[in-house]
Amino acid sequence: MKYIPTIGIECHVQLSTKTKLFSEVDNDARGKEPNSCVSPVDYALPGMLPRLNGEAVKFAIRAGKAMNCEINPKSRFDRKHYFYPDSPKGYQITQFYQPIIGAGYVELPSGTRIRIEHAHLEGDAGKLTHFDTYSLVDLNRVDTPLIEIVSMPDIHSAKDAHDYCKELWRLMRYAKVTYGDLYNGNMRFDINVSVAPEGSDQLGTRAEIKNLNSFRSVERAVEYEIARQTKLLEAGEKVVQETRGWNDATGKTTGQRSKEEAKDYRYMPEPDLPPINLSVEFIEAETAKLPLMPSNYRDMFDKTIIKDTLEVLLDYPELMEKLNEVGQDNAKFLSNLFASVLLAEEKSAEYLNDLPSGEELKELAKMNAEKELSSTATKEVFLKLFDPQMKGRGARNIAKELGVIQENDLSALEAIVDIVLAKPATAKAQADFRAGEEKVIGFLVGQVMKESHGKANPSTVQQILRNKLVK
Amino acid sequence: MKIANKTVSAERLVRDALEKAKYFADYHIFTYLNEAVAIEKAREIDRKIANGEKVGRLAGVPYALKDNFLSPEGQTTASAHILEGFVSPITATAVQKLEEEGAIMIGRTNLDAFAHGSSTENSYFGPTLNAFDKERVAGGSSGGSAVAVALDIVEFATGTDTGGSIRQPASFNGIYGFKPTYGCISRYGVVAMASSTDCVGFFTKSPDDMDILMSITSGQDEKDMTTLPNYYDKGSEQNIKKIGIIKDFDNDVVNDEIREALKKKCDLLSSKGYEITEIEMPTLKYALAVYYIIVPAEVASNLSRYDGIRYGFRSDKSTSLEELYTNTRSEGFMPENKRRIMIGNFVLSSGFYDAYFLKAAKARTLIVEEYNKAFSQVDYILTPVSPNPAFKLGEKINDPIAMYLEDMMSVSLNLAGVPGLAIPAGTTKAGLPIGLQLVGPKCSDKKLIEFAKELI
Repeated sequence: MKYIPTIGIECHVQLSTKTKLFSEVDNDARGKEPNSCVSPVDYALPGMLPRLNGEAVKFAIRAGKAMNCEINPKSRFDRKHYFYPDSPKGYQITQFYQPIIGAGYVELPSGTRIRIEHAHLEGDAGKLTHFDTYSLVDLNRVDTPLIEIVSMPDIHSAKDAHDYCKELWRLMRYAKVTYGDLYNGNMRFDINVSVAPEGSDQLGTRAEIKNLNSFRSVERAVEYEIARQTKLLEAGEKVVQETRGWNDATGKTTGQRSKEEAKDYRYMPEPDLPPINLSVEFIEAETAKLPLMPSNYRDMFDKTIIKDTLEVLLDYPELMEKLNEVGQDNAKFLSNLFASVLLAEEKSAEYLNDLPSGEELKELAKMNAEKELSSTATKEVFLKLFDPQMKGRGARNIAKELGVIQENDLSALEAIVDIVLAKPATAKAQADFRAGEEKVIGFLVGQVMKESHGKANPSTVQQILRNKLVK
Repeated sequence: MKIANKTVSAERLVRDALEKAKYFADYHIFTYLNEAVAIEKAREIDRKIANGEKVGRLAGVPYALKDNFLSPEGQTTASAHILEGFVSPITATAVQKLEEEGAIMIGRTNLDAFAHGSSTENSYFGPTLNAFDKERVAGGSSGGSAVAVALDIVEFATGTDTGGSIRQPASFNGIYGFKPTYGCISRYGVVAMASSTDCVGFFTKSPDDMDILMSITSGQDEKDMTTLPNYYDKGSEQNIKKIGIIKDFDNDVVNDEIREALKKKCDLLSSKGYEITEIEMPTLKYALAVYYIIVPAEVASNLSRYDGIRYGFRSDKSTSLEELYTNTRSEGFMPENKRRIMIGNFVLSSGFYDAYFLKAAKARTLIVEEYNKAFSQVDYILTPVSPNPAFKLGEKINDPIAMYLEDMMSVSLNLAGVPGLAIPAGTTKAGLPIGLQLVGPKCSDKKLIEFAKELI
């Protein structure tokens, strides 16, 4: 019997707002001392009240629109209760009953659409570090704004699970709502996996794997779970509904908590925060701030950029913005340089922070098209455009400084060719060529290139040589 | 306020207040006396006055602070063991506004732990005694504050009213006690009991004093998103003609002498040309049940933060995290706190939420609508604050239901968010104070306080 896997994914996205969701302290705790970004509200002193950060609401609107979602004009907050030292209030403020983001969908590069059930705003929890006899609590992350994106169970393969997570990551970065640093947990994925016999109208019992923080681990964990559950069912055994942990080193999931111990979070409307009421104008104003999205770029460069190259470049919204800026005519040329030269460069991460202007890139494209630069020289000048020490000088100036502009002037080239042909050292080669030894043309071109100090355009040189030697 | 007349020094006033506080020590009014700081502040004000510098509207006025307001002066305990040792780095917005006007806090007053109660008997520090009869309760939860004003120790005291915690002790001790419209005064820095019904208010000896305090402390606060835009000082042009009395309230439950006091005040108003109208508010009989679902739910939630991890009391008998939670909370909370946590968690638990919490929330909407309807018929409503005068210490402490019934006339205002002023209305034959409450529509606070003078 064939088994069909079904996967639903919940994704937590940390928003890169200036301050926290419910207080005025710095939301960017990167590189800061533990417990240094904590307000009395986050610390849950008695009598402290949450104050909603309007910026987070704007971010949520953009994130929602990036996923083609409805934005609910009225939403509100609820309290989700549990006791753990990472939750100073004893509850998390979330949106259980009326989330801000409604239904929508995400389209994968393959064209498959994954529906979004809803997404909601909530505060993150703190971090505990455990030692032998004690644990340390760091509350810097408490009430960092999160949106939790809940997909419909529309995913049926490990590949699509991977692609969905990656596409979400792209969308959130295009919408400029997160730093998108997966290594530091800016986006975390919880996956629900079940398998059912083909043709069955019911889903199988699911297992949940929480807190995955890379696309690769999502893909591997789904693969593992599908295999594990299929094997169980084939052996006539049952899948237990439980939370399982993923071990990246072993490539396996292991059972952690079964549903019998499921917590009762005792959800309750948050009485300290009034509902969020959004006007159509407000939603539209925020939506208008969204830049072009990956799907727009796919449509735009469908005919100009090779699909694989485009998919690589789509990971970098700043590069796509550049390609859009330089226009279709130059996009193909630059996309190749971006993909094969810039991204291969050691310092590419640093370079991406400060891109050269569209004008500089267009100038480079023009020089290349007009054969003023050889392909090697093009790559060289291209990289120099990103070099902080060469910033803003322009492609032509850099090419001049490097002395790599090709000589295309025919009369000038003919003069050089004449000098070379007059040299006794080339006499034998000339004779050999006339006698039909085709390959010596390379030697002669090389001599001309040498004479021109590398600035001659080799194909033009070859043409001139052939003309002259035949006569 | 009569204090600011400058014929007496602030230091003298503060020292007198502190002396009286000590003289009445056996009433268990204060959990903390702010002696050194208060005297220092008084001297500073006297120096300013001597130099001709500008001073605030409450310069040198001694006051008592209910111990659930955060300020760095003394520990903020809410009369609960679990907050013992907690010194706040924060000053509550209301306290800050009083201090900016020169008021001087001479001590923190006793309350039912976390304001859970109607008698101040649930305090970790023991009960406060009634100002008129030491065998009787002060009322609660703001018992200490009420008695501090009733015994003339201070000119005014702060309180919080979640279901009657200002009005009932005011009426038990023969003074004015005001619960404003929900959202009129910031709750920032006030130990939360039930967020959707908690109100900051005051005890005073006159409506005029109440008006000054409200004018100073009311107003929108960016730190409390549930505060209303400023409206208090605008008052109202409304011409008060009709006063309603609720038919359902005047029944067998209410003590005869209190009914008589209500009738007398109605006669007084009639003689002044006001029309007394009997109105029906049948939904109010559900108010107590609704209150004791919604409030415990919010209480259970708001008390979750007291876990022994970050501040306050921590049980040292624990060997695991779970034990730390269990022991700290078992030892740190009073029985009434635990009762409300249990009820609250029950009504919120999965499977019971719809049947209890959600249903109560819907019923609450009906109560709000009933008040709206009532105020389309009459300008104000006059009712007793509680069905009985102050009861004896220990009389109801082991009977939670009897204790909750004392709140039956006060809680509906909190559910509806409307303002209510407790007004002294004479005494019983046995000499116990009787209080009535004047209830107005939302945001009628200033006019309502002014109107109280008609009842004197």
